[in-house]
Amino acid sequence: MSFLGIFKRDVDKHTVLASGQVVPDPARCVQCGICSYNCPIGIDVRLHAWRGDPVRHSQCLTCGECVARCPRGVLRFEATDLFAKGRS
Amino acid sequence: MNYVIIGFGVAGIAAIEAIRSVDSVSNVTLIGDDPYGFYSRPGLAYYLTGELHDKALFPRTEADLHKLNFRYIKGKVTKISCAEHILELANQSKISYDRLLIAVGARAMPLEVPGAELEGVLKLDHMSDAKLILKQARRGKTAIVLGGGITALELVEGLLSRGMKVHYLLRGDRYWSNVLDEQESRIVEHRLREEGVTLHHHAEIIEVTGRSGRVAGVRLLNGPMLKCDLVAYAIGICPRLELAKQTGLKIDRGILVNEYLQTSDPDIFAAGDVAQVYDPMSGRSILDSLWAPARQQGHTAGLNMAGRKTAYVKAPPFNVTRLAGLTTTIIGTVGRGRDDDLVGIARGDSETWRQLPDSMVAQTGFEVNRLRLLVGEKTLLGAIVMGDQNLSFPLEKIISENVDISPIREKLLMPNARVSDVIAEFWTSRQ
Repeated sequence: MSFLGIFKRDVDKHTVLASGQVVPDPARCVQCGICSYNCPIGIDVRLHAWRGDPVRHSQCLTCGECVARCPRGVLRFEATDLFAKGRS
Repeated sequence: MNYVIIGFGVAGIAAIEAIRSVDSVSNVTLIGDDPYGFYSRPGLAYYLTGELHDKALFPRTEADLHKLNFRYIKGKVTKISCAEHILELANQSKISYDRLLIAVGARAMPLEVPGAELEGVLKLDHMSDAKLILKQARRGKTAIVLGGGITALELVEGLLSRGMKVHYLLRGDRYWSNVLDEQESRIVEHRLREEGVTLHHHAEIIEVTGRSGRVAGVRLLNGPMLKCDLVAYAIGICPRLELAKQTGLKIDRGILVNEYLQTSDPDIFAAGDVAQVYDPMSGRSILDSLWAPARQQGHTAGLNMAGRKTAYVKAPPFNVTRLAGLTTTIIGTVGRGRDDDLVGIARGDSETWRQLPDSMVAQTGFEVNRLRLLVGEKTLLGAIVMGDQNLSFPLEKIISENVDISPIREKLLMPNARVSDVIAEFWTSRQ
């Protein structure tokens, strides 16, 4: 049973990394900057939160640092539609 | 058209963005007296704990601000002449306006006991206060924290992370008694104790004692003296009403504004912590000290100033914060009464949270994951979510959209109801 549990967690993690993006809830954000401060790529996640834009930056690693460190629960991973037409 | 904004907080910035979204031509001037300009005030707590350095707290670079195309004046407005539409600054210069926004915010209530003026008695209001705290905090020394609400705990956490021995003095019998219920207060207090904080209840200071101009201790009402090296307080905030009073605008606890953020003078608007905004739904005028409403009010005021008549639609107040390291979401109305540790409103607070109408309570979780719902006749009126935040997202929607919860009302109110499951199932079935 516990073996299956571990397997499922890995599947979840890889699903998120492959097809998830960081999505902000602007109503919770207080622009503290912890997200941008911890981004290994230097993406301005805070600005995305101000605008309510999911992070579609091609260099986002979906490492999850910003999501984990936000003290206000602003950021979540959600399934993305990377190949939708009309998106840059 | 000359737009002038007083105050460089989030309400002011949002107003500039709103004005510029419809008017890229007219003059916009912003006058602010915080020497640090625009930064995240709520983020100061994380600067204190060391999760951020100060430069990270500025959401806008010089270049970003430049793109907004406004004139920034570092200064203090001392007088508004409504009839002539002229402002006077402390340096005697004059600025004329067609539409004015007062977004000057609120300030920490001062501690009013003998000795409060000693060096080492500190508050957390602005960047300069945070820097002073960091400068004076010393590993191994003792700090006393007074007050309530979110800021008091931010002070506690910040001082702990600087290695100080922290004593938190509560005048009442539990923490934040007018928003949290007894269980929730105890959860927070338990965590504080685990972090090494010494809690004192029914403790009121009557004097700060000093030596050579610096804090040496505090004297409590029932006699004992506590030695300490620093006193940090957060006993509430009050809107900065001096200008409004001097100008003769209608005020109550804040500057009174209608749903267009207009004051009693049609060309003067107010937004943010200083504003007491009329809510047509409840028929009441309410103070909030929250970032998101301040931004929304600034935005709405800006549109109205620029001639786009837009009503401010007040959402149920909503804040997510960390209490003793525990992520807590507070939505809608959840509490009542007074809190002995606060005069008026605290930062990150809303008067709406404390206007508890007749309602029932459904609750579950008495450890780290805690959920309390305020159940009205047909809707949920409020919620507190501590710990696991998954349900905070559906709850925010259910409350703000006045979703009819009649199908699950009875289930929620049954003794030992599995409230989280009931809500989760209800939400999933609606998707």
